[in-house]
Amino acid sequence: MKKWLLAGAAAFLLSGPAMTLVTTPAHAQVKQGGSMTVTYKDDVSTLDPAIGYDWQNWSMIKSLFDGLMDYKPGTTELVPDLAESYEISDDGLTYIFKLRQGVKFHNGREMTAADVKYSLERVVNPATQSPGAGFFGAIKGFDAASAEAGTALEGVTAVDDATVKIELSRPDATFLHVMALNFAHVVPAEEVEKYGADFGKHPVGTGAFKLAEWTLGQRVVFERNADYYHEGLPRLDQIVFEVGQEPIVALLRLERGEVDVAGDGIPPAKFLETKNDPKFKDMIVEGSQLHTGYVTMNVKMPPFDNLKVRQAVNMAINKDRIVRIINGRAVPANQPLPPLMPGYDESYEGFAFDPAKAKALLAEAGFADGFDTELFVANTDPQPRIAQAIQQDLAEIGIKAAIKSLAQANVIAAGGEEDQAPMIWSGGMAWIADFPDPSNFYGPILGCGGAVPGGWNWSWYCNEELDARAVKADSMADPSQADARIEEWKKIFTAIQDEAPWVPVFNEQRFTIRSDRLAGPDGIFVDPVHIPVHYDYVYAKDAQ
Amino acid sequence: MRVLRELLRRKLAAFGLAVIALIVVMALLAPVITPYSPDEQLFDGLTLEGAPLPPGETFILGTDLLGRDLFSRLVYGARTSLVIGIVANGVAVLIGAVIGITAGFLRGFIGTVLMRFTDLMMAFPALLLAIVLAAVFTPSLWIVALVIAMVNWVQVARVIYTETISLSERDFIEAERSLGASRLRILLQHIAPHLVSTMVVWATLGIATTVLLEATLSFLGIGVQPPTPSWGNIIFENQTYFTTAPWLVFIPGAAILLLALAFNVVGDALRDILDPKQKGRA
Amino acid sequence: MAAYLARRLLGSALILIGISLVTFVLLYLLPADPARQIAGRSATAATVENIREQLGLNLPFYERYLRYLGGLLQGDLGRSYIQRTEVNTLIASRLPPSLLLMAAGIAAELAIGLTVGILAAVRRRTKLDQGLMVFSFVGVSAPQFVVGILLIYVFAYWLGWFPLSGYGTPQHLVLPALTLGFLGAGWYARMMRSSMLDVLQQDFVRTARAKGLGKARVVLRHAVPNALLPVIAMVGIDIGILMSGIVVVESVFGWPGIGQLAWQAIQRVDIPIIMGVTLVAACAIVVGNLIADILALFMDPRIKLR
Repeated sequence: MKKWLLAGAAAFLLSGPAMTLVTTPAHAQVKQGGSMTVTYKDDVSTLDPAIGYDWQNWSMIKSLFDGLMDYKPGTTELVPDLAESYEISDDGLTYIFKLRQGVKFHNGREMTAADVKYSLERVVNPATQSPGAGFFGAIKGFDAASAEAGTALEGVTAVDDATVKIELSRPDATFLHVMALNFAHVVPAEEVEKYGADFGKHPVGTGAFKLAEWTLGQRVVFERNADYYHEGLPRLDQIVFEVGQEPIVALLRLERGEVDVAGDGIPPAKFLETKNDPKFKDMIVEGSQLHTGYVTMNVKMPPFDNLKVRQAVNMAINKDRIVRIINGRAVPANQPLPPLMPGYDESYEGFAFDPAKAKALLAEAGFADGFDTELFVANTDPQPRIAQAIQQDLAEIGIKAAIKSLAQANVIAAGGEEDQAPMIWSGGMAWIADFPDPSNFYGPILGCGGAVPGGWNWSWYCNEELDARAVKADSMADPSQADARIEEWKKIFTAIQDEAPWVPVFNEQRFTIRSDRLAGPDGIFVDPVHIPVHYDYVYAKDAQ
Repeated sequence: MRVLRELLRRKLAAFGLAVIALIVVMALLAPVITPYSPDEQLFDGLTLEGAPLPPGETFILGTDLLGRDLFSRLVYGARTSLVIGIVANGVAVLIGAVIGITAGFLRGFIGTVLMRFTDLMMAFPALLLAIVLAAVFTPSLWIVALVIAMVNWVQVARVIYTETISLSERDFIEAERSLGASRLRILLQHIAPHLVSTMVVWATLGIATTVLLEATLSFLGIGVQPPTPSWGNIIFENQTYFTTAPWLVFIPGAAILLLALAFNVVGDALRDILDPKQKGRA
Repeated sequence: MAAYLARRLLGSALILIGISLVTFVLLYLLPADPARQIAGRSATAATVENIREQLGLNLPFYERYLRYLGGLLQGDLGRSYIQRTEVNTLIASRLPPSLLLMAAGIAAELAIGLTVGILAAVRRRTKLDQGLMVFSFVGVSAPQFVVGILLIYVFAYWLGWFPLSGYGTPQHLVLPALTLGFLGAGWYARMMRSSMLDVLQQDFVRTARAKGLGKARVVLRHAVPNALLPVIAMVGIDIGILMSGIVVVESVFGWPGIGQLAWQAIQRVDIPIIMGVTLVAACAIVVGNLIADILALFMDPRIKLR
């Protein structure tokens, strides 16, 4: 236990160039206490770890609950959490987790292996309607358990109070990442049964904070879990989440010191003003995130079945101009994976912006005069604007794309049909990785598995050979093969980009703004997993 | 002609007519008077950091967030507003009139059914209905017009219904009827002509309501599809920038107000002239 | 009277059921699949199918509607697909802010509208009268979202007198209420003016003047109360327009009411919420109309009980 904590501290100090303004006292000297206020525009929908699946509740849930695995704060590196250690069998099919002892739920009861089993069964139980059930497909008995409510999950065994054995039906190199997902977080059966479907409004976990108050549509208050098993955590006594706050109001209140973190970030309209204002300089932390914004081209709908057409579109879009339109809050992309993701190929050049060459390619493909098509987009600002920028670039090479700006749900529905949406700008619905592994960027959005009605592979690109290679890469579960596996993924993604089912447009940057009352290593303010900040590690200067 | 002369005698109505005339001319001559294409995203239209330009020499009303000339978009946007205003409201008045006359004249079962349906639509929260309709049908210029018509016909139907009933209860209609005139003849010769003035009033006043509803739908992002400019969607695209680029919100806002105001004052004056008894909320 | 009331209540109930049917049909036609919305992007086909079954989305249309209606008649509006909470709970938590906003909006429109109307009537055919009537036209012609943003710009951003948006204190209420009331103010101003003109011409007012009572006194003590009633009775009819207004005003001001709830639900195809809010709004409109009719009845017993 100590060992992991120390490892965590070391990661802090190493977490890169963003560390310049750290005035952090050494980890162990930080005093607990104080409070912070975080604002959001939207109401918090649910805090049930099996259900919550938006970026707002994702990290809130992480502070209320824990899973067997977690990430080192500020990084994408896996570490055991509720598990103290784990062993993987040589064939990669059996995982044995030794649980940390003396971990208590917020209701005072000690957490045991039976709770882990219960939680995993609950999430795959169809009655739970968990959006995350699909992640657990590798566990033995998943098909039976997910088909009928109340069926036990055969592959999960509570060997004794402190040991959980999980057997898989196929090797899965991402399995430890899956165990770090919110969906695998541990819940106490008695509380879930007590509240039934309303557990999400009465969450009880083992996490650093516990729920103290929830006034629908107004505020949610977390308070420190005094029994938390990580010594010295959380740093704060209380977090107040105020909802229904417009980002622009949040920013003004932050300036006045009434708010500590603007949860929705800096509103686009105020971005330049804020960024260029010296008084905010030390309050903004910039970081990357596991996000790519892309345009899909439906390869089942002519003329996008033609590789040359897809390549031409890739060369026609002026990504630098689009980045300028969103005031530089992103970096241009040339491949599906974001730079932060293992497997990103820095040497890959992709398709450079070259309208003349694009036009020539179109002519070669037999569309010298261009063609008419449609570009679907979610109807919330700034997405329609970005779509119009893309539209103008396409018009340059003769492609007339009519914009269909619809409610997000309708765009998703159209993308899931084989013959509905020739092109989709993914903004607002774009893929932000569930976990930091390239595999998560393939299956649902570029693999054959996602190219089904209702799927998320909106380009309907399905390359069986690449699919086979992907399966093989994901079966390289042995830690010694990790590097070889990432190398293979790198090749898979560049091979896909050569086939150009997408135009990767940009990778969004994160700009977190926080009051100067708060401190902590910069990494936790742009944590790739905890958005907007890693609540457990933030501390208040005034409590020191 | 008499009506027009009457209208011009009233200061407010004359002002309204002038505004309408100006906007119509602007819309018709759009290609001639605009310095840029309304959809062209000009490289010089944004600062290097990507901020829009305030009104100035090159761009008299400034540029929007994509670097397009606001004046050009505004002028072309007048086309959208007028087309939707006229088409949507025309259809609404037509539906309303047909339902109102049919129900009022035939009465009986059909009349009851039609009016109960009208009551039902009256109780519908209008904007919610429009939003749901716009979500069901992919919005285009004509769909937006249709959606608005489907929401706005109700009041017309009520008014026309009441008038038809009171007309058909009048003595001279009774007299015709006793003389053996056919029902269709009574309807066409005696009732319909009396309803024309009401319909003219509604056709004018309703345009104001329609323009406002179109702007509201576009403001919510479910109106006319980009890049077609509409005064409402110009505001939608730029609203969050109102503190840094207020011209992008308040100039199109003023345009909407002016157009709706013009139709309202002209419609109100028309009602006074044609039918002094009628009073009510338009 | 009792029979009339009973008939009207029954009619209102039927209208609400009709509205539930029309809305249900429209939402049924929505080109998006709620089961997939719930299941999320990582779901397997089996999961989606399961959810569809549990929610009864695989049933034929009429059966789904009857199920919904059955729940509705017991006061159960179902569960939100996305928020996973009873729609009743969600609406109950959002209704107070909306009601507060509506009440304040009505207060604002009456306060402004009646004052303007009375002034205009008393100063009939003067420059003031003309100016006030232009103002009332502007009121009914101004897009609410523009008024809202303008008020925020001037009074919150520029002058800093009021918060930019949000909910909680009386200060938060001022700008949204003014925005909501501005439209109606123009309308009430014109109605009040004509109602006042009617009353001012009536015998009792002339008698009072003839008796040598001061003009202000006559206007305030005699004319205004009489002119007021028919205008106030219109508030019931006004509910429908206010209901449309709150969707816009809540969106502009970030007001946590049912309008915002409905708007978010439409974005995410959360059908039970859309249904619920539509019905609650329709209910308010129907009740408002009913009250208006009953008030009219009391004021003018000659109205036929049709």
